[in-house]
Amino acid sequence: MDMILILLIIIPVIASIGSWISAGRNAEWPRWICLTALFADMLIILFLWTEHSQQAASAESALWLAAVNLRWIPQLGIGFQLAMDGLSLLMVALTVLLGMAAVVCSWTEIQERVGFFHFNLMACLAGIIGVFLATDLVLFYIFWEVMLVPMYFLIGIWGHENRIYAAIKFFIFTQAGGLFMLMAILGLYFVHGLHAGVYTFNYFEMLGTPLPALVGFGLMLGFFIAFAVKLPAVPFHTWLADAHTEAPTAGSVILAGLLLKTGGYGLIRFILPLFPEALDVWAPFAMGIGVVGIIYGALMAFAQTDLKRLVAYTSISHLGFVLLGVFTRNDLALFGAVMQMICHGISTGALFILVGIVQERIGTRDLNQMGGLWSVVPRMSGVTLIFALASLGLPGLGNFVGEFLVLVGTFGTSPWMAAPAAVGLVLSVVYSLRIMGKAFYGPKKLEQPIQDLSPRETCLAASLIVAIIWLGVFPQVVLNTVSPTVKAIQDPGRLRMFTNNANPQAVALPRSPGILSIVRQGGSNR
Amino acid sequence: MSAAQLLTLSPLLVVSGTVTLVLFVVAVRRKHLLTATLTAAGLLVALCTLPMVYRMLPGPMISLITVDGYAIFFMGLLFAASLAVTLMSYQYLEQQKANPDEYYVLMLLATLGSAVIVVSTHFVSFFLGLEILSVSLYALIAYTSGLFRTEAGIKYLILAAASDAFLLFGIALIYAETGTMEFARMGPAIAGGHLALLLPGTALFVVGLGFKLSLVPFHMWTPDVYQGAPAPVTAFLASVSKGAVFAVMLRYFTEMDIHSHDSLVLAFTLIAIASMFVGNLLALLQNHVKRILAYSSIAHLGYLLVALVAGGELAVTAAGYYLAAYFVTIIGAFGVIAWLSEGETEADAIDSYRGLVWKRPWVSGVFIVMLLSLAGIPLTAGFVGKFYVMAAGIGATLWLLIVSLVVSSVIGLFYYLRVVALMFTRVTDDEEVAITPRAGAMAAGVVLAMLTLILIWLGTYPAPLIDIIRKTVVHLT
Repeated sequence: MDMILILLIIIPVIASIGSWISAGRNAEWPRWICLTALFADMLIILFLWTEHSQQAASAESALWLAAVNLRWIPQLGIGFQLAMDGLSLLMVALTVLLGMAAVVCSWTEIQERVGFFHFNLMACLAGIIGVFLATDLVLFYIFWEVMLVPMYFLIGIWGHENRIYAAIKFFIFTQAGGLFMLMAILGLYFVHGLHAGVYTFNYFEMLGTPLPALVGFGLMLGFFIAFAVKLPAVPFHTWLADAHTEAPTAGSVILAGLLLKTGGYGLIRFILPLFPEALDVWAPFAMGIGVVGIIYGALMAFAQTDLKRLVAYTSISHLGFVLLGVFTRNDLALFGAVMQMICHGISTGALFILVGIVQERIGTRDLNQMGGLWSVVPRMSGVTLIFALASLGLPGLGNFVGEFLVLVGTFGTSPWMAAPAAVGLVLSVVYSLRIMGKAFYGPKKLEQPIQDLSPRETCLAASLIVAIIWLGVFPQVVLNTVSPTVKAIQDPGRLRMFTNNANPQAVALPRSPGILSIVRQGGSNR
Repeated sequence: MSAAQLLTLSPLLVVSGTVTLVLFVVAVRRKHLLTATLTAAGLLVALCTLPMVYRMLPGPMISLITVDGYAIFFMGLLFAASLAVTLMSYQYLEQQKANPDEYYVLMLLATLGSAVIVVSTHFVSFFLGLEILSVSLYALIAYTSGLFRTEAGIKYLILAAASDAFLLFGIALIYAETGTMEFARMGPAIAGGHLALLLPGTALFVVGLGFKLSLVPFHMWTPDVYQGAPAPVTAFLASVSKGAVFAVMLRYFTEMDIHSHDSLVLAFTLIAIASMFVGNLLALLQNHVKRILAYSSIAHLGYLLVALVAGGELAVTAAGYYLAAYFVTIIGAFGVIAWLSEGETEADAIDSYRGLVWKRPWVSGVFIVMLLSLAGIPLTAGFVGKFYVMAAGIGATLWLLIVSLVVSSVIGLFYYLRVVALMFTRVTDDEEVAITPRAGAMAAGVVLAMLTLILIWLGTYPAPLIDIIRKTVVHLT
């Protein structure tokens, strides 16, 4: 039963290798192999989900659905350890859904080196699923880095004009953030080892490690930098616009829909429970960064003429809400942050797909060269309208629930953060309607006939529309799934799962002289 | 000398025996395949004697050399590296149309010298081994005709001779002050009190070692020599020669307890930081792959110094793992260059890598994996090595060094990714490259494939190697 989590990761890996090999025989095979694999993953997730809702109905302790703990590098206390709770479940489900969308939307766009493209796509998805499941900090870091390399290739090989620059910039930003996180992970490892006498990277063991103020703050900052780069929070956001703009459609979908979410997920999974004291100091600053991101992203989005770049900047604005919600640290805001992550994944993913389709048809992403598309391609325009409305937070669509919950949650504790964040909602109306007004209404600028959505694209768009409406009308399903996690995060002791059976990975290293003398002093002061 | 003593020395004896045998065979019959096979076989036998010797530990001691677990681990590493380089050299030399036979004799001699270095626990034996290694290298670097070969050979000769002078003077000063040349008796002799000549002596000693390891500011020769030497020799220079010297340096400074000398710790910290930054920054400016790898090796030795400064069991294990990973990676990288070289022109200019992936996917794949490992990306051996060194550094609270390591390796990413991106560039003229089947390509191909597999194995399941390192190198601490 527990091996099911490994299966979730293994299936895309096998599919990635399979599609690479099979491409030599037939260029269509990789697409079908990837779809089948993702469908299999989706079935596993649905199975786990039903299991979860039954458990939730019967028992209170339904936090962790499944877990795996295998020996890996016992000498250093590193285990191959995965676990899934409601939050991971939702994130993995989103990954698989958007993965399917990515495969379908590149059906006609990617015509060269199809096998290697799907190899990278599936490898990246496997890495993302791993990030959402890993509960050993080194394993988490490894998945975190592993998803970068295929994404680097996706942007660098199949991207647009300025792809090499964008790919390298993306890689270096995220890798730099990641290395700071690795430093913090190792620091936490030694602090925990000194405190408990057991050296391990096990997440559950590390929870509740008492940290002296300065050390805790430093380590928290290491994690925060990595997640803030990914999210992206404002001073670290410059890679995003380039990477999203230059990536092929499938790459943009995965970047915006999934890679950014790993940042938000990391904030919730690691920073909140591991460093509660340090956050008392840091949370207001982080919320400030979130608010700045909301406003800045919206303003920048308004100023863009490149449609893809515009959508990229809206991501910065939307994910500002996630940052704000996470660091408000109450149930409502956290619910809102999770909801926002999922809905942003779907709505922005859909917008990138639509931009990709437009570009494939008319050969440009420049807003100034579009206009009056509604009369030519009504179906495409209608779909775009729905997702533009989702993006501006129309009630009835998922994004509204997320943003509303974040604002309500924040307003109770810090109204001065909530007020400017609400301005962001107004700005989102401006840029969303600008897309519609410039590209789809107004005078017709293009004379050539343009093909409307094909049946394949229509199906894809329809399923995403169903998802976003369902999330808007019945958000309670999502909130119920994630609620044990959100509750437990307020009280990290409840997150621990394996308190009774001692972790077999843990090892006792000799205490070398001179280690972290500050820590020892700080520890004794407590 | 007893039989047991002879048996513990058997790895060295086997290599010496192979040198003699190959010399004899070359005198009678010059046949490239035969010479190469004999060399490889000799190294293989030497490798096989190591587990036997390990089981006999602790063996009888001689004051000049000590065969302990530490030495056995590094000998294994050096022999395996030489074996890989030998197998790669065959197809490289086949194309050069030079006299290939003496090459193998020199290669074996250099391996012998490096093995003597890692078993030495005495200045005299250390210097002896170092000279055997260096003298063979002078000839190896200038071997085969080619652009800049002689220049590189002479450059290395002059600078190595100068650095040897520093080394000897340093040793003399240390001896004058402590009255011993044995590493093991150095610690107690120093602990006695304040020794005026010890510091200048050690400083000169470090200058000599720094040259061999191409640490900043003793690194000037590295790019020219790396570029000038034949690719397999560069692989040897980067792996075996540096690895042996680092091993003895780690042994010496652990024995003399570096941590009781603040000035030494400071000096090594500065050298390490300078090496990381200078190596990575200058690599950005290069347009030749061999020069890029030369500067990257300077940075990598800087990372290794972090383990030396950290000290303790964790750090020694880290250094062992890092060196093993680095050996696999750098031999693989230069192996690819040797593989791509046609005739006398080496695949050195960065432009010859443009669009390589689409022309020759397999060998490009190997090269990309090697570059990612040098950059320290997970699932490759390079990541585990870097992780281990970082763990050792953070365990000893060397925050300055660790932050430098992180920042400089981010800088390093630029040039690794630059090469990777170039290899993926779409080439418009899809000219079909006629790949002529080459003699010995099989052996080199197998070696490259093996190295890639080992690299990924070490990166995904490092536990067995860590176990081996822990069992062997702990003899040091």
